[in-house]
Amino acid sequence: MSTVFEKELDALKEKVLKLGSLVEKAISDAVKSLVERNSTLAAETIDRDRILNTLDVEIDEDCIRLIALRQPRAGDLRLITTAMKITTDLERAGDLSVDIAERALELNEEPQLKPYIDIPRMAEIAQGMLRDSLDAFVKRDAALAKEVLTRDDMVDQLNYQVFNELLFFMIQDPRTVSRAVKITYVSKYLERIADHATNIAEMVVYLVEGKIIRHMLPDKI
Amino acid sequence: MTVTISEDLKAESKNLNFYYGALHSLKNVNLPIARRRVTALIGPSGCGKTTFLRCFNRMHDLYPHNRYEGEIIIYPEKLNIISPSVDPIEIRMQISMVFQKPNPFPKSIYENVAYGLRVRGVKKKGLIDEAVEKSLRGSALWDEVKDRLNNSAFDLSGGQQQRLCIARALATDPRILLFDEPTSALDPTATSKIEELIIELKNEVTIIIVTHNMQQAARVSDYTAFMYLGEIIEFDKTDKIFTAPSNKLTEEYITGRFG
Repeated sequence: MSTVFEKELDALKEKVLKLGSLVEKAISDAVKSLVERNSTLAAETIDRDRILNTLDVEIDEDCIRLIALRQPRAGDLRLITTAMKITTDLERAGDLSVDIAERALELNEEPQLKPYIDIPRMAEIAQGMLRDSLDAFVKRDAALAKEVLTRDDMVDQLNYQVFNELLFFMIQDPRTVSRAVKITYVSKYLERIADHATNIAEMVVYLVEGKIIRHMLPDKI
Repeated sequence: MTVTISEDLKAESKNLNFYYGALHSLKNVNLPIARRRVTALIGPSGCGKTTFLRCFNRMHDLYPHNRYEGEIIIYPEKLNIISPSVDPIEIRMQISMVFQKPNPFPKSIYENVAYGLRVRGVKKKGLIDEAVEKSLRGSALWDEVKDRLNNSAFDLSGGQQQRLCIARALATDPRILLFDEPTSALDPTATSKIEELIIELKNEVTIIIVTHNMQQAARVSDYTAFMYLGEIIEFDKTDKIFTAPSNKLTEEYITGRFG
């Protein structure tokens, strides 16, 4: 038998997951709108951010209400505080997807500089990190969360690679600068999304183990 | 379970067992009590927390067939206070109890506080006056009663009566104060006054409190012991117990899933 409070906690988890799936879709659509030069999709992605923002506020309000009315303790307290922090990271990842879509709108107006290869790979890894960290959140799986943390380096590496490659374009031909800079932005946005997924995974470790691992060296985690 | 803490200890129970006749109520309780800190005992009804608290001032000696095993050591003397050679009356002078319901004596406010000193044989009025004022100030009641010290203690409100009982306990300059659900009969305002008082009092005295109100344990205590079926299930710093307890049973109890 689950109590009213447990049902409220389940509903909270559901909302966080819903926000997570909307963010995942936002990332994938934003990158798709760039790669496939689909400006309609980019505009839709930007427009849908309103839904994310509403849900973000709603989750915060739910958490504050639960803290005030239920005085949660131990695992319940960690679940609610984790939900609050995760939501902030998800909302920021959503905003970064909007940024990607905005760059896509601009880039789609000009001739394509080069085929996008690393950008979709980065997006795929970042999305996977986000998905798995939320999966770890629901299942209270600290091992999976810790595994997610190890993937951040790949995204950082790709970001560095994209930057160097575009630098080469810019040195060779100054007319590419405007487009190249925008693509480096997109790369940076994706790198930031992976950082937000990392934050979520770190919070999941706190949720499960009660230990804050942010700013810790990897061998101490 | 055996626990160690890195602070000065005022007391420590070692392999403490207690029997109400044939009923084995405390089972190998090992618990350190940090000096000038508040230690809260929590757990469902019948878990042994009040039984444990009562061992500290030998209340169980009032009834036949009750039996202790093990030790409760008081520091720095390293005296085992449950040893049959130790006088329970002397222990109760040093380790005072405040009960669930305020229980002032049918005497004046002044005499309630002076009582312990008189029992002790203190006769000098000056000394008693001084101790009464100090204790009433200590229990944050002085300003409310200083002009009517000779009125009956029953003229006071419930919350004031409880603070009077605390003053009475403080008058003999105790080393440990025991609180057995001290606010369960009080309204929220009186409760928060008592809680503030407990936090203030720990500058002077070591405190052990039994409470059913978990938020109260969280608010006032430095250490928390969770008891179940006569055993200590978990003991740790209060913030650890309330944010990330190690034991599943503790987790279930403090999140209200059983008990």
